[in-house]
Amino acid sequence: MLDMPILSLMIFLPLAAVLLILLTKSDRAARGISLGVTTIVLGLACVMMYGFNDATADFQFVEKFLWLPYFGLTYHVGVDGISVFFVLLSALLTPMCLLASFQSVHNRLREYLIAFLVLETFMIGTFAALDSILFYVFFEGVLIPMFLIIGIWGGARRVYSAFKFFLYTLLGSVLMLVALLVMYHVTKTTDIPLMMGANIDPGLQKWLFLAMFASFAVKMPMWPVHTWLPDAHVEAPTGGSVILAGVLLKMGGYGFLRFSLPMFPDASQYFAPMMMVLSVIAIIYTSLVALVQTDMKKMIAYSSVAHMGFVTLGIFTFTRQGIDGAIFQMISHGIVSGALFLIVGVVYDRLHSRDINHYGGIVKNMPVYATLFMIFMLGSVGLPGTSGFVGEFLALAGAFQANTWIGLFAGSGLVLGAAYMLWLYRKVVFGPAENPEASAMADVNAIEKINLVPLAIGVLVLGVMPTLVMQPIGASVEKLLGQINAAPAVSASAPAVTEGASVQ
Amino acid sequence: MLIDALPVFLPLAGFLIAFLFCKKIGDHAAQFVTCAFMIAAAAISVWLFMDVAMQGNTRSHMLMPWIISGDFNVGWGLRLDTLSVVMMCVVTIVSTCVHVYSVGYMHEDDAQARFMSYLSLFTFAMMMLVTADNLVQLFFGWEGVGVASYLLIGFWNYKHSANAAAMKAFIVNRVGDLGLALGIFACFVLFGSVSFDVIFAAAPAMVDVTFKFLSMDVPAIMLVCLLLFIGACGKSAQLGLHTWLPDAMEGPTPVSALIHAATMVTAGVFLVCRMSPVFELSPIAGEVVTYVGALTAIFAATIGMTQFDIKRVIAYSTMSQLGYMFFAAGVGAYGAAMFHLVTHAFFKALLFLGAGSVIHAMHHEQDMRKMGGIWKLIPATYALMWIGSLALAGIPFFAGYYSKDMILESAFAAHSPAGTFAFWLGIAAAFMTAFYSWRLIILTFHGKPRADHHTMEHVHESPWIMMVPLYVLGAGALFAGYVFYPFFVGEHYDAFWKSALFVLEPNVLHEAHHVPSWVPLAPLVVALSGIFLGYLCYMWVTDIPGVVARVFRPVHQLFFNKWYVDEMYDAMFVKPSWAAGRTFFQTGDQAIINGFGPDGIASLSRKGAGMLSRMQTGFVYHYAFVMIISVIALMAWLLFKIQGSM
Repeated sequence: MLDMPILSLMIFLPLAAVLLILLTKSDRAARGISLGVTTIVLGLACVMMYGFNDATADFQFVEKFLWLPYFGLTYHVGVDGISVFFVLLSALLTPMCLLASFQSVHNRLREYLIAFLVLETFMIGTFAALDSILFYVFFEGVLIPMFLIIGIWGGARRVYSAFKFFLYTLLGSVLMLVALLVMYHVTKTTDIPLMMGANIDPGLQKWLFLAMFASFAVKMPMWPVHTWLPDAHVEAPTGGSVILAGVLLKMGGYGFLRFSLPMFPDASQYFAPMMMVLSVIAIIYTSLVALVQTDMKKMIAYSSVAHMGFVTLGIFTFTRQGIDGAIFQMISHGIVSGALFLIVGVVYDRLHSRDINHYGGIVKNMPVYATLFMIFMLGSVGLPGTSGFVGEFLALAGAFQANTWIGLFAGSGLVLGAAYMLWLYRKVVFGPAENPEASAMADVNAIEKINLVPLAIGVLVLGVMPTLVMQPIGASVEKLLGQINAAPAVSASAPAVTEGASVQ
Repeated sequence: MLIDALPVFLPLAGFLIAFLFCKKIGDHAAQFVTCAFMIAAAAISVWLFMDVAMQGNTRSHMLMPWIISGDFNVGWGLRLDTLSVVMMCVVTIVSTCVHVYSVGYMHEDDAQARFMSYLSLFTFAMMMLVTADNLVQLFFGWEGVGVASYLLIGFWNYKHSANAAAMKAFIVNRVGDLGLALGIFACFVLFGSVSFDVIFAAAPAMVDVTFKFLSMDVPAIMLVCLLLFIGACGKSAQLGLHTWLPDAMEGPTPVSALIHAATMVTAGVFLVCRMSPVFELSPIAGEVVTYVGALTAIFAATIGMTQFDIKRVIAYSTMSQLGYMFFAAGVGAYGAAMFHLVTHAFFKALLFLGAGSVIHAMHHEQDMRKMGGIWKLIPATYALMWIGSLALAGIPFFAGYYSKDMILESAFAAHSPAGTFAFWLGIAAAFMTAFYSWRLIILTFHGKPRADHHTMEHVHESPWIMMVPLYVLGAGALFAGYVFYPFFVGEHYDAFWKSALFVLEPNVLHEAHHVPSWVPLAPLVVALSGIFLGYLCYMWVTDIPGVVARVFRPVHQLFFNKWYVDEMYDAMFVKPSWAAGRTFFQTGDQAIINGFGPDGIASLSRKGAGMLSRMQTGFVYHYAFVMIISVIALMAWLLFKIQGSM
């Protein structure tokens, strides 16, 4: 069973579904096909997880064919511990978004479904690609369906938001393409595993790092290139927001782990202080901004920037705990923030408002909703026992080892994060019921439960048994650490980190 | 092993059943299940106490791995030593009383099953906290009780004040938790582990090690202790991080008794005692703990003397007593701190539940100015409140007498500046304690009835289901001191605690038995004078309080307004945070980043945007076309570029 080209199936089955949908005329059939195929992909992802070997850091389920022999371009896919959960996450969230949209999207449903199927192809392709050009195609390809999803099915200012999203990301991608071409020129290969082994000149590494950084930082998004995210989220339909927060934001972090760290170890160490400082600014700045929002989606969007701050922070501590924590935080955030956008979608479908002041007291009429929201809220706050805790705590543990100032300031995110999430919950769910329309809303229905209950269970299970994730990623993280630390230390040129907390 | 784990997980089972199935099984079944599980948990805890503390069968179990990341290896453990079984007994017994009491107290509420489930959830988290065998699991319980407390303070979630208090409690606690988290990281960096056994074993070798923290070289052990102590201050409402506790009285009264008097707020004391092998190595940390505890004891007492809300008076009293526990731990009298923790759990839970009984009788009136003249109508409650107050004031042979005296004697016997400071402040606070306790009793029960006619007609003794728990706690307030004295601080000290508490020689508790004879007498004398003054001011010459408040108006205002700490924090932290958020959003994001970034560029390409919106034709082949063209264009560009670069 495991001999089949499982990754290629996962990548191209959604495209096949697109063809099928184009052949049919009815919305009903389109729904069935898209949901069926994405569920099959999810099943394949589970099979892949089942067959995944925890003990090795090597790439698994590898498929490799020559694609354009003249340039040495290959179709090369595979997963290791760093990418395998992102593939799973993409496969998990896509059918959920489709389910959520069946109730809320009424115009051009078939096109909407097609956009999501194409998106799934690109997402899984991004995380599975082991050839840099293939990666680039998928990575940038994601932009197109997402751009359409926001621009067509979005809210009132959708065109503005879609454009902003496109502009920001395009800037990064041009620089990334240049970097990839230079790397091809230097290493004579586009094969990612081979590129990791190539020793690029430290001086050149810095330029390449910055070029790739432009792309990944926008995708994360890191402060100060984050302002596209709140607008994109606010205007995007629920499904778009879920994928955006759940998967697309992870591409930046994945990029750092797949390219920047192993390929430019010297530059990574050189820029680590800058990355950590930017991360800490992101955590504090966007948490404070989240506090003053009245738009639910904007608030959660800003909280995403803060949570991604913990990811970049963890990655650039170059400690086992930091990187483990960063990966775990991305998985956890994929579930929690995806779920939070679904949660907002539930009440938006009923009241068509995102303003927290239009709600209040809905715990009375929506007790199940309130409970599920509570679990995701606590997950976002990082309560021990939820998935949110493990990533944040490990990333902070890593940061504390690298520099206690960074640990302290990033730690203030624990307090601020609690402040805005509790405020959001209090305004929406608790309090006196002042809006009769809000008090008349029905509790979550069966379809919404199918989406939300498994995610809630996931948040709790990963919080209590994080080894389910930590175990498979361990070997690859260890290997990655070896690749970074193999680089000669450049501490002399990195003055700001000499502050490190060291036992004397 | 199964039976060892039962007291921890029975409350969890009770929570899950009552919470998930409350609709199906109904309120009564939910109450029955949670109470029955709690009684079982309490019974097993008592058995464990006999087995572990008395028989000496200390043990620990590893239940499951939790977080494993390189050297960072944390498991779900179960550590049963004297310290944890003492806490388990206190938690389960008080919790059982509160569970049963709540069946009566909450009988008019429309979410009784939910209330019971939250109580059980809290108990589970508290049990995880006290049985943890490493700091991260302790942190799990620590934040878990915080969430349960948040849910219960805000239980009446339709009230603005309840929600505000719940949020405040969680966020102020999070500030403390940040300190605790940093302390855990420091432990990990220093000791390479967060498990208690490893830390305790390695700590003595670290005495001379310094650690670079925030650009300063500080003694490593001291740093760990102080960071952990910040966490303890948050949870135990010590000076600086105390502002949430009085507001937490918004919760239903049984919650105040269980969480904000007997158990959760003592978690900080427990943490310091648990970490005694580390705290003992840092005299400076010990001094800080002593000073903070002593200042809290007197600070809270000054406020307690002026408040009129019956629950707030008891809340400030709790804060003050926690201060006693801390300065006991600070001078190294961990046994005395734990002893007072236990006796206090009984008599303070008794006082809170007794106050609840009064509030129940008075139709949810909490203002003592609207009470009075009811002692004949609710004699049992009145008698129990007397027992609780006598224990609190430290009158001989009541529970508080043994523990509080021991604390003051230890502070004296420490013969250090900090110890002496704590001793005198403790004596002064003891005077105030007795005064405000009798002020409470007289205002509440004596004098002319000040409630309206309608309320007075309905003043009634509470039903048996609320009174039985009061009798149980009353028995504790009467006998816990006398019975446990030899074990906690007396001749069986070493056999009882074994290695659960660590103290450097000479053990201050041994010294405390040999202090000058006026030292044990002093607390009694001030307590009796405090009671006398209470009678004088509120029973005999009732004009005095008004005159004093007028003459010493600035001081009275300072106390009455809680030293303006809330106002100060509001101006220093809350308002600036919102202002910063607004500035970052409007100036930072909107004006600067967007203005110079995407909006600036976008305005240049407005034409393009117009074209784009015209492109939204709604025909699928247009979109497909766009996608395909984009991919092809991309590939073409790529091939061209690559060729060019070769």
